[in-house]
Amino acid sequence: MSAIAAYPDYSSSINHVPAVPETYNYRVVRQFAIMTVVWGIVGMLVGVYIAAELIWPDLSLHLPWLGYGRLRPLHTNAVIFAFGGCALMASSYYVVQRTCQTRLLSDRLASFHFWGWQLVIVLAAITLPLGYTSSKEYAELEWPIDILIAVVWVAYAINFFGTLAIRRVRHIYVANWFFGAFVLTVAILHIVNSAEIPVSMWKSYSAYAGVQDAMVQWWYGHNAVGFFLTAGFLGMMYYFIPKQAGRPVYSYRLSVVHFWALIFTYMWAGPHHLHFTALPDWTQSIGMVFSLILLAPSWGGMINGIMTLSGAWDQLRTDPILKFLVVSVSFYGMSTFEGPMMSIKTVNALSHYTDWTIGHVHSGALGWVAMISIGSMYYLIPRLFGLQQMYSIKAISLHFWVTTIGIVLYIASMWIAGVMEGLMWRAMNPDGTLTYAFVEVVKATYPYYFIRLLGGAIVFSGMLIMAWNVWKTVSRGRPYDAPIPALQAVHA
Amino acid sequence: MSDFFSVFWKFWITTLTLGGIAFCLVLLINMSKRPSDSGHAAGEQTGEPMGHVWDEDLQELNNPLPTWWLRLFYISIIFGLGYLVLYPGLGSYAGYLNWTSRGAYVQEKQSADLEIKPIFDRFAQMDITEIAKDPEARLIGQRLFINHCAQCHGSDGGGQRGYPNLKDNDWLWGGEPASIEQTIREGRQAQMPAWGTVYGEEGVKQLAHYVLSLSRPVNGDDAALAAKGAPLFATTCAACHGAEGKGNPVMGAPNLTDHIWLYGGAEKEVMETIRHGRHGVMPAHKDRLSSAHIRVLAGYVYGFSH
Repeated sequence: MSAIAAYPDYSSSINHVPAVPETYNYRVVRQFAIMTVVWGIVGMLVGVYIAAELIWPDLSLHLPWLGYGRLRPLHTNAVIFAFGGCALMASSYYVVQRTCQTRLLSDRLASFHFWGWQLVIVLAAITLPLGYTSSKEYAELEWPIDILIAVVWVAYAINFFGTLAIRRVRHIYVANWFFGAFVLTVAILHIVNSAEIPVSMWKSYSAYAGVQDAMVQWWYGHNAVGFFLTAGFLGMMYYFIPKQAGRPVYSYRLSVVHFWALIFTYMWAGPHHLHFTALPDWTQSIGMVFSLILLAPSWGGMINGIMTLSGAWDQLRTDPILKFLVVSVSFYGMSTFEGPMMSIKTVNALSHYTDWTIGHVHSGALGWVAMISIGSMYYLIPRLFGLQQMYSIKAISLHFWVTTIGIVLYIASMWIAGVMEGLMWRAMNPDGTLTYAFVEVVKATYPYYFIRLLGGAIVFSGMLIMAWNVWKTVSRGRPYDAPIPALQAVHA
Repeated sequence: MSDFFSVFWKFWITTLTLGGIAFCLVLLINMSKRPSDSGHAAGEQTGEPMGHVWDEDLQELNNPLPTWWLRLFYISIIFGLGYLVLYPGLGSYAGYLNWTSRGAYVQEKQSADLEIKPIFDRFAQMDITEIAKDPEARLIGQRLFINHCAQCHGSDGGGQRGYPNLKDNDWLWGGEPASIEQTIREGRQAQMPAWGTVYGEEGVKQLAHYVLSLSRPVNGDDAALAAKGAPLFATTCAACHGAEGKGNPVMGAPNLTDHIWLYGGAEKEVMETIRHGRHGVMPAHKDRLSSAHIRVLAGYVYGFSH
């Protein structure tokens, strides 16, 4: 390729290639990829269980550790940090090695990262049902676990950025910008928001008080969405969609603009979680303005993902992995339109505290995060075991349709329920009294809770299909570590 | 504005906000220039690969930013700037409209109060016993009761353990209309002291049996226990519950002779009450409801038993 001539420094780096072919570290990728499937099943099972508890509260069996209040944070932590986290870690380690054409900086750090992260997850699964919680949403884990997370995360950051530093290609691939932003920002978010004063082994109090505590929490909370659940998964999108479609990324320029605009703007969107609270008006305004401006940068990512398929649309008919990836980007576009709309104060007055928020979150979490992770894992897992493809392509197709139907049932029911709740809560009689008591609204929500449970259970059943398919695939292959190709061959 | 304890912060906020928006604009303008103007990589063509390859076949095309998307971005920025001119956002700048959430609330509340004033004015003239019989007042009273009282007293006013039944015409703090109104307006704090450490388990048991004997016939061993409890009752309990145990509405001391039990009338439950005491709280509603609302509510509650 002619571009090589423009970068003569490439040739010098070839001298570093050892005589024995060096391999990529696929071991850590395999570990995280398999645990993605395992934690996906665990996290979604807990979700289905608590969805059922909302209809039949006695399902808690009157045991405190099976109550909704304790299992709900277990569900959110398991799906975000265990399922989503493992998917991000597997794919970022895979992508950073392959696009930098070098082995990870440190195999030991990678191993420490994997086992440390699994320890965090297991500790969460024990302490949350026991009722140990800092009560900060998505940051419930108590201080000893917070410290462990920080240590493990620093190991991750050193390994990721260290690998970038020793890369053998000159330019940093766009997926790594997003993975890098995710790794760096989540470290900052976690450390700042988890600043707390321990009073005993399993109890601490936040370092912040009152409305400032709330603002720090939602600065963290919304950026957990922005950098953990968005930037990281955009990194996944930028690698696996062009790879699976065999097409180049649509627009380099778009990736530059939407990357910088996205990571800047997300930082400011947190206050929309605190509309109509004690948060000062100016903070709420800025939160709303930047949430609206965030629409275009978000859609920049969607456009780049979907348009990468231009000229290859026909593949969507036959390739279920591509269906997962592209539909996930569509859900991403949909929920990043919905989010800015919900941040408008007038809309928020209706939607806040209702199940609409739950629907919105799941169109992002199931539609975007879960589907892109699942699609990426279907691409990744056979390659990690020396195979061309998954054991059953039909099962992937079935999984795709099951997931799509489940998600649609879930979010549609929560939309209807949320708008209904918002309207019923604000309905007033001519004498100024409320038309409905709270419990009447709860009662009216039951049918939608049921449809949501059904949708969630369908999505969960899809994960069981995936587990079967992964089992079959893994048992047919053997752990495989791809050799790092010589640079000249790549650019020939 | 009191949100800022130093001038620095309002400039900080304003600079970061406007600077951030300007940053987006510069980024947009810079990246929407024609490829040949940008000088990013000489010779590159729109729609062509950028010339870098990663991982065997990954490439990026040099397509321009989609026009409709650019417009969307600009519109959102213009809207954002307009919003920050009109509403508070840039540090301590109050916004052209001088809008505040507190002001919006007060205004909304005032206009709503004005709207419902005629309805409630009618009840201001009425006696609470009349309100209790007025069909319109009863309807409004029920709505208020469902939203403010039913959580503890039940949607039918039947009460539950620890929360008085409002339908049985047995009143802890007095059942006259004025007393009910007072209870709703100011709230009540009942204080039954704990006697477990004073009298020990045996004394508590004797007292419980005496108390139980006030509302039902006892014989045999129970009667003997009750007899031992009688002098204890006279020296301590009678101060609030009266010598005959008929109670005292001034301090919310229940009548112990009518076989109505707020915390249960079994031996075990009465002993528990004597041993550890009870602390019943009825919250005050004067800050949540207007006095006209409280009158309507008092009438509705009075109407349960009249």
